[in-house]
Amino acid sequence: MSEMRTWIKSGAPWVWLNAAAVSASILLVVGLLLLIAARGMGHFWPAAVHEIVYQEVDGSRVTLTGQLRDSERVRASRLVESGLTVEPGVETVERLLLKTGNRDLGGQDFRWILEPAIVQQTRPLSLAVLEREEWGTFFGRVIGLKQDGALLESQDVWTKFQELLDRANGLREQIGDLEQGAIGSVNYRMERLRLAGRELELEGVADPEAYTAIDRQRQALEEEYRGLEDQLFALNEAIRRDSVIMQTGGGREVELPLHTIIDAWKPNAMNLPRQLAHYFHRVWSFISEDPREANTEGGIFPAIFGTILMVLLMTVVVTPFGVVAGVYLKEYAKQGLLTRTIRIAVNNLAGVPSIVYGVFGLGFFVYTLGGSIDRLFFEAALPSPTFGTGGLFWASLTLALLTLPVVIVSTEEGLSRIPRSIREGSLALGATQWETLWRTVIPMASPGIMTGLILAVARAAGEVAPLMLVGVVKLAPALPMDGNYPFLHLERKFMHLGFHIYDVGFQSPNVEAARPLVYATALLLVLVILLLNMVAIHVRNGLREKYRGMEA
Amino acid sequence: MNDSTQLSLESLAATESPPQPAFAREATVRVKGLNLFYDDVQALKDIQLDIPDRQVTAFIGPSGCGKSTLLRCFNRMNDLIDGCRVEGKILIAGKNINKKKVDVAELRRRVGMVFQKPNPFPKSVYENVAYGLRIQGINKRRVLDETVEWALRGAALWDEVKDRLQEPAFGLSGGQQQRLIIARAIAVQPQVILLDEPCSALDPISTLKVEELIHELKQQYTIIIVTHNMQQAARVSDRTAFMYLGELVEYGDTDQVFTNPVEKSTEDYITGRYG
Repeated sequence: MSEMRTWIKSGAPWVWLNAAAVSASILLVVGLLLLIAARGMGHFWPAAVHEIVYQEVDGSRVTLTGQLRDSERVRASRLVESGLTVEPGVETVERLLLKTGNRDLGGQDFRWILEPAIVQQTRPLSLAVLEREEWGTFFGRVIGLKQDGALLESQDVWTKFQELLDRANGLREQIGDLEQGAIGSVNYRMERLRLAGRELELEGVADPEAYTAIDRQRQALEEEYRGLEDQLFALNEAIRRDSVIMQTGGGREVELPLHTIIDAWKPNAMNLPRQLAHYFHRVWSFISEDPREANTEGGIFPAIFGTILMVLLMTVVVTPFGVVAGVYLKEYAKQGLLTRTIRIAVNNLAGVPSIVYGVFGLGFFVYTLGGSIDRLFFEAALPSPTFGTGGLFWASLTLALLTLPVVIVSTEEGLSRIPRSIREGSLALGATQWETLWRTVIPMASPGIMTGLILAVARAAGEVAPLMLVGVVKLAPALPMDGNYPFLHLERKFMHLGFHIYDVGFQSPNVEAARPLVYATALLLVLVILLLNMVAIHVRNGLREKYRGMEA
Repeated sequence: MNDSTQLSLESLAATESPPQPAFAREATVRVKGLNLFYDDVQALKDIQLDIPDRQVTAFIGPSGCGKSTLLRCFNRMNDLIDGCRVEGKILIAGKNINKKKVDVAELRRRVGMVFQKPNPFPKSVYENVAYGLRIQGINKRRVLDETVEWALRGAALWDEVKDRLQEPAFGLSGGQQQRLIIARAIAVQPQVILLDEPCSALDPISTLKVEELIHELKQQYTIIIVTHNMQQAARVSDRTAFMYLGELVEYGDTDQVFTNPVEKSTEDYITGRYG
């Protein structure tokens, strides 16, 4: 008993408890990341395609093709209850989730099958997976190619198919460039011209010269547009030239135009290096491409871009305001009841639920500020709002407001850590308080200020709720940054990884197809936050190194 | 440091003093009827004191007697303390520094200060010394180089740091740091230098160096030093003021104060009966 007491007195139980808590936390974090990584990133692996001869409940046999996605054990009694026959003596039955694809043919692209009902399961080398622009994946065999409606004779259909597919993809890229680049630019300039004309009308300019000048420019643009349109038509014509004839597992033959196919591969015929290459190729597509099919396919590049841009803008806004406010509160303001009240208010602001900030942002920034800006500067565009609707700028401002308390508090803390002797040393040399602050105290407090910014960035990047009110959309027509003057379009709506997760996870028409993307997007969100934080931490460590030893 | 600055330094190596002295050198400090209050507590009581130009004056006395507080009156460092109120006059070179309209930053340029613990800025050795000049808007490389070298030589530190001017000042030893602070103070060419127990954080050898330095510096500056160390006061100062409970008890030539004090309490203190 006394031994026990000495053991408790020695503090060892506390050490053990702490160690246990720390390891539990680390395990949770690592486990979480591993889970999302495994669930999300496994999606891009070129999994084998199975051809399964399956006995349906009514006794008929069908051939299914697809990739195994999931499996679970179900109790036999449950199956019996739902009207299936199970051999007596069997306790549980393995049930498999098969991604059958071919949504345009079968209506659904996932199906659960029972393991005992599988008659035969093979992995034929000839089975191909096609990634399409719409209708999801296609599983089947390539059996022929058509050019301009006529069958194409070829020794090696697969190689020829790849060749034609490369050509189609090249054309698609050209079309995309043309639409996003030149045509987008023409449209943008056209819209600006329209606004310029409307502005003249509003100002009451009667001079017909001005209007004809605009008309002339418009005609020039229309001319340019017609030229581009012809190019586009030609490209569209060219891309529609070829098609492929596919045979499904069930023996059905389907003709698919090549311009609807993005990628094709034969997973069963791949060796490991090719699988790896294909895997990284698809991961890269996911990161670098635009989403398709209501966000359930394609990439998430606009969301990554929007998240990072918004966080950077937020940092640019919150840093000066937070630092100036912190410096004033700590260094200049007379310490008394008022400053104490302000400090309490600031600390409480940090605890306000983020959706409240969203409501404030919508009411104040979007409607009040944005509405006024529209009336003052963008009258020509009314009634369609420019700044009077959610957008990148308002989202950044709302988040800046949300993270302001963190920056103020950490600035104050950073400042209070600077020893009095350093300030006195500077003042004793004839520096004013401002010079002392600017030349010595604030640089020395900068690592502390950076710590606040790191926290702010982490919070802002992960925030979703307020953004839904002030500018995030599920699909933005254009990036908030492009080649059209003024290059950074603060009024545009944007996409965000956090909202993307919500949208794909809860608003998606195709839950099974979207699920891996939810995990993959979540992983990317974590990585983006990690990246932003690492940059900030790197900067802070540099500053720390610079002012190292100031406590000595 | 680049080659061109090296060159200019070599050509100026023999320079004894920098080009333009910033202030008149004559600086007698006269204290007339000085009272100081922390809120309601009176910390200094009716101090009358004449500190001669270009001599070392030491303030001694037990802890809490107000000697540091008095010292901080000379560059109005007490302004920084909330609730501190000063009455009476302090004349430096004939001008009352306690007037409202006195430019405190300018005053502090004329009255330099060295603190108990070395407090270098987190900058290079060079930038520490150049700090006061940069504050004054002097950014010409040539002027800065000259003055930094001159000040470091003046603080007997040049030979030790001339090869590491661009290294952080924190890398220096405690004694070197304190001499760097002295160099930083003399770089702006003050009239008066206040030393607030400058050797209390230093080892004996560093202390000796700083004391020798004080001896050198009194050729050009009026020096006021607060010290706890009686031997140090006896060694370095020309005149000594003994303070007790906020009052100036005795003030006279160091020899006289130490060998033949007028007041009983002075004798008790310097012979170690209390303090």
